[in-house]
Amino acid sequence: MGKNTFGACDTSYSISIGPVHPALKEPVKLNMSIEGEKVTGVDFELSQVHRGIEWIGTRRNPIQILFLAERICGICNICHSLAFSKAVESIAQIEVPERAGYIRTIMAELERIHSHVLWAGVAAHELGFDSVLHYTWKLRENVLDTIEYLTGNRITKAIITIGGVRRDITKKQFPAVKKTVDYYVKSFDKLGKIFLKDPVIKSRTRDVGILTKKEALATCAVGPTARASGVKKDVRIDESYAAYPDLDIEIMTPDIITGEIRGDVYDRVIARLLEVKQSAEIIDKCLKQMPEGKITYEEKIPKVLAGLRDVKGEGIGRLEAPRGEVFHYVKMVDEDSPYSWKVRAPTYNNIMAWIPMLMGEQIADIPIIAASIDPCMSCTNRAVVSGKSNSILTQDMLHRLSVEKTKEIRRLLKND
Amino acid sequence: MIDLLLWNLMLIPGFAAVGIILGLFYKGIDRRLAARMQARVGPPLRQPFIDVKKLLMKENIVPKNAVAWIFNLMPVVALASSLLLLLYVPLFGISLLGGYGDLIVILYLLIFPSLALVIGGFASSSPYATVGAQREMIAMLSYEFPLAIAIISIAWLMSMSGGMEAAFDIGAVSWANVWTLVGPVGASGLFLLFIVLIFVTTGELGIIPVDAAEAETEIAGGLLVEYSGRNLALFYLASAVKMVVMGSLVIALFLPFDLSAFVLTSGYPVFWMAANGLFFLFKLFVVVFLSSTFIRVALARFRITQVVKVYWGYTTLIALLGLLLVSADVLLRMV
Repeated sequence: MGKNTFGACDTSYSISIGPVHPALKEPVKLNMSIEGEKVTGVDFELSQVHRGIEWIGTRRNPIQILFLAERICGICNICHSLAFSKAVESIAQIEVPERAGYIRTIMAELERIHSHVLWAGVAAHELGFDSVLHYTWKLRENVLDTIEYLTGNRITKAIITIGGVRRDITKKQFPAVKKTVDYYVKSFDKLGKIFLKDPVIKSRTRDVGILTKKEALATCAVGPTARASGVKKDVRIDESYAAYPDLDIEIMTPDIITGEIRGDVYDRVIARLLEVKQSAEIIDKCLKQMPEGKITYEEKIPKVLAGLRDVKGEGIGRLEAPRGEVFHYVKMVDEDSPYSWKVRAPTYNNIMAWIPMLMGEQIADIPIIAASIDPCMSCTNRAVVSGKSNSILTQDMLHRLSVEKTKEIRRLLKND
Repeated sequence: MIDLLLWNLMLIPGFAAVGIILGLFYKGIDRRLAARMQARVGPPLRQPFIDVKKLLMKENIVPKNAVAWIFNLMPVVALASSLLLLLYVPLFGISLLGGYGDLIVILYLLIFPSLALVIGGFASSSPYATVGAQREMIAMLSYEFPLAIAIISIAWLMSMSGGMEAAFDIGAVSWANVWTLVGPVGASGLFLLFIVLIFVTTGELGIIPVDAAEAETEIAGGLLVEYSGRNLALFYLASAVKMVVMGSLVIALFLPFDLSAFVLTSGYPVFWMAANGLFFLFKLFVVVFLSSTFIRVALARFRITQVVKVYWGYTTLIALLGLLLVSADVLLRMV
């Protein structure tokens, strides 16, 4: 124990949570400096589960990548295949039929319900409230059954294809979907009662892990994490895609229920619960408004691939996944497989928000705060750090490097 | 007297075996019931026995930085002190060493298993275990206070009605049946004290919501994080025995009823002994259900600061209110 300037003993010590820890569903390492029970320093190490999906992707054709993209995340998988196909569609300038847009929307919203309800269970488990974990996961079975009914799979739906969807939702299937919608609108009240009224849950989440609006903006938080801090940001509204332009959707911020925004864990719970209800309502609207028509611009996959072989260019696909904004960048150069494919999952943005949230909190609150951004490590890990390189790139260095790169590109362009 | 003690000493292994088997069996019931209440199927009733068997077969790992002898000694201390406690509390109405100690001894001995956990946690030199040990100490300090109030209320009540010798004698308390010593006001006070003791049992057993010392999602099992194999099995057995001890203590103080009045007429002593034995098991089940199963299904985990607040604040207030009601009742009737 070292002595500090006042002569008293330095009582701080460090705890690392992870890479493997019961509170974490996926590997990440949190290095915490602790004083008593209080957190005085936060640092984290990512890149514990690099899987090289992008590398594999650049050796497959776009249709194959769709199914690979679904494997990026075990929970929000449709957003990855959808973002990828949006990127490819924007390169090849493919017009997606309107009905396909509606089916995509329904699928994305079913996934949002599934993801948020699953998260609610995980959050309850972090608080040691296993009854609620089992209850919410029982609620989640309903949407999984519906997804299976519509697509044939419970989790990885394999329904998106370039330029549309692979399966139609027929009139005969509407009642089953409608039943699910009603089920979740109803269960919203019950979930709200459990999560928002229970005194123990409230005492564990209220004013815990506060992320102010300013901090949310500074750390580039996205999705429910940002919205719970009062940042009105939702890709479904900011960049309309699929059927969202036809639907009036509001940005769900916690003040809808409580009348104020504190940006704590409690607010993040509210934001997600509100979105479950909103998603159910969106699906309901989609069922009512869904137009007739084709579900894909071209049914024959070899023809789609042949068309994609000749395109050249870069495209991006961004959309609102359950956890926030998903961003895919694709570059195609007259080849079977894309020249480059870059994925940015929402957790990549949200993870920096951990630092302001965790500072000054108790050890007991680390799991629930860490879980409150709904982290998804496997989706986030796009690089691996090998060896023991301790070099840290500062902002100045990164700036210098990008200036150099720009100069180099300019030079190349001139030579062309 | 000495002969009786020797005779009792011979019964000790049998008592220990009964305590351990009962404890594990009740743990099984607890797990199964909790599972059913959470809409799960749950493990079979004999799962705790399977767990212990498995743990005993597993390798016993001692961390490199641990103080090995303390680390290995503490599980033994925990189990031994729990078993010792078992001899002081009336199990099926029989307490082997009941004549050699009283409630104060039980209060002291109750600290031992938790203290063994704390020392073992510190000796294992893991930061998680250290945090857990600190929390366990705080939790101990917190629930000791309401526990002391509850016990002292009972002792005071006994001393007012039965004389000083019987005040702390658990056998005498059980025999006297505290509910018969008070009027309706005192009974409501006793009921509050009963609730307090149930919740203190939850703390003693380290069950959600007051399991901050182990808190698996926060500090990965806390105190027990480095324990494995035989040592972990011993701690597990100690907690099972402690469950029986706390249950028997609550029964002796607050649920001393038996079925003698109903079955005595049948004539055969075997019958009423069996009936009372089964009734004891039922009462134990009620205590375990209230203090463990129900509460851990119904609540989320408290932070350690909240544990202190709940025990020193609300629980102590309820206990003091109970004490006040009991004393008001007794004093009013004396007037």
